[in-house]
Amino acid sequence: MSKSTDERHALEPELTAKLKQQSEQLVESVHAGDYSRAMAMISELAEVRNQGLYHEVGRLTRSLHEARRNFQIDPRNPEQQEALSKMTDASDRLEYVVKMTGEAANRTMDLVEESMPVARHLQDEAQDLHQQWQRLRRRDMEPTEFRELHARMDQFLVALSTDAGKLYGNLSEVLLAQDYQDLTGQVIQNVITLVRKVEDNLVSLVVMAGHVDQLTGTVHQIEDNQPSAEQGVGPQIMPEQRKDVLSGQDDVDDLLSSLGF
Amino acid sequence: MDKNMKILIVDDFSTMRRIIKNLLRDLGFTNTDEADDGNTAMPMLKTGKYDFLVTDWNMPGMSGFDLLKNVRADDQLKTLPILMVTAEAKRDQIVAAAQAGVNGYIIKPFTAAVLKEKIEKIFERIQ
Repeated sequence: MSKSTDERHALEPELTAKLKQQSEQLVESVHAGDYSRAMAMISELAEVRNQGLYHEVGRLTRSLHEARRNFQIDPRNPEQQEALSKMTDASDRLEYVVKMTGEAANRTMDLVEESMPVARHLQDEAQDLHQQWQRLRRRDMEPTEFRELHARMDQFLVALSTDAGKLYGNLSEVLLAQDYQDLTGQVIQNVITLVRKVEDNLVSLVVMAGHVDQLTGTVHQIEDNQPSAEQGVGPQIMPEQRKDVLSGQDDVDDLLSSLGF
Repeated sequence: MDKNMKILIVDDFSTMRRIIKNLLRDLGFTNTDEADDGNTAMPMLKTGKYDFLVTDWNMPGMSGFDLLKNVRADDQLKTLPILMVTAEAKRDQIVAAAQAGVNGYIIKPFTAAVLKEKIEKIFERIQ
């Protein structure tokens, strides 16, 4: 890994050969006391450096053009720039995913909230009728009560059929409400492909820019912009592979009880 | 445990608020209100005489962690029982929440049974 990085960051062999040769000649001239030749060598060395720099800046510019073309941004029309940018498209697509998943969740919850009282009512009625039925079996029932039970049983069987049909219909709709997964899955796959492409292009731009940095001797101070744990960082992906993340409620409970909870 | 106690549910996603509200209703708690972040929750808590706070951590505006610290720093609210229901699962965060005075911590995704257990535990300890 580090070897391939070194190779990518290496300057052109032609350039390094010239640099070596001329710096040796420079040292020789200084030792021999030939200062005017030494000065001429220094200016030639600067020339080699500048040429290398122009070459790398040229390459960097070409790569930038290339990258911009890959992202399909048309620079000639500033208004269309945004509209044509695939990145903007990606954000829209992700917003569509948020919308679709939100709608599906709400649709599902609507149906569940509608079904739960139906099921609860059937349960209550069945329990009550069962008690009455047992009284009948024990022959512990007045004839008027029996006539009442008879009528109620009839109503219950009709309601049971209607309500079960209602529950079945709601469950089918819950099933259908999950169809977002197919659509959002495809959208997310597309966005993943785009992000990978952007990352690849950025990596090659960074390599190019690294050559320019080498020629100009620039060292960057890169700040580490980690999201703050106090604000919250959201769900952890693959917690089992990370030591600083707990992988479930049991781990959380263990940690809290070790803290005296 | 008083089933009529007043509960504030704080989460930036309305679907999650709705899920928690439904689960609480199944547990017999029907007196619930909702807020979408700490900034909305804080004034409600100050005027609403709530008995219990259920909050997410990661929210735009004021996070649940800041809400927790603000409640504990407020003379009137500092004893309010707080349950965090969050996707934040880093060890340091849970330790920080415990030190800031959280009463219970549930990580998403969670089950109705876990919610029930934690609420019972919180009120057992208080009584």
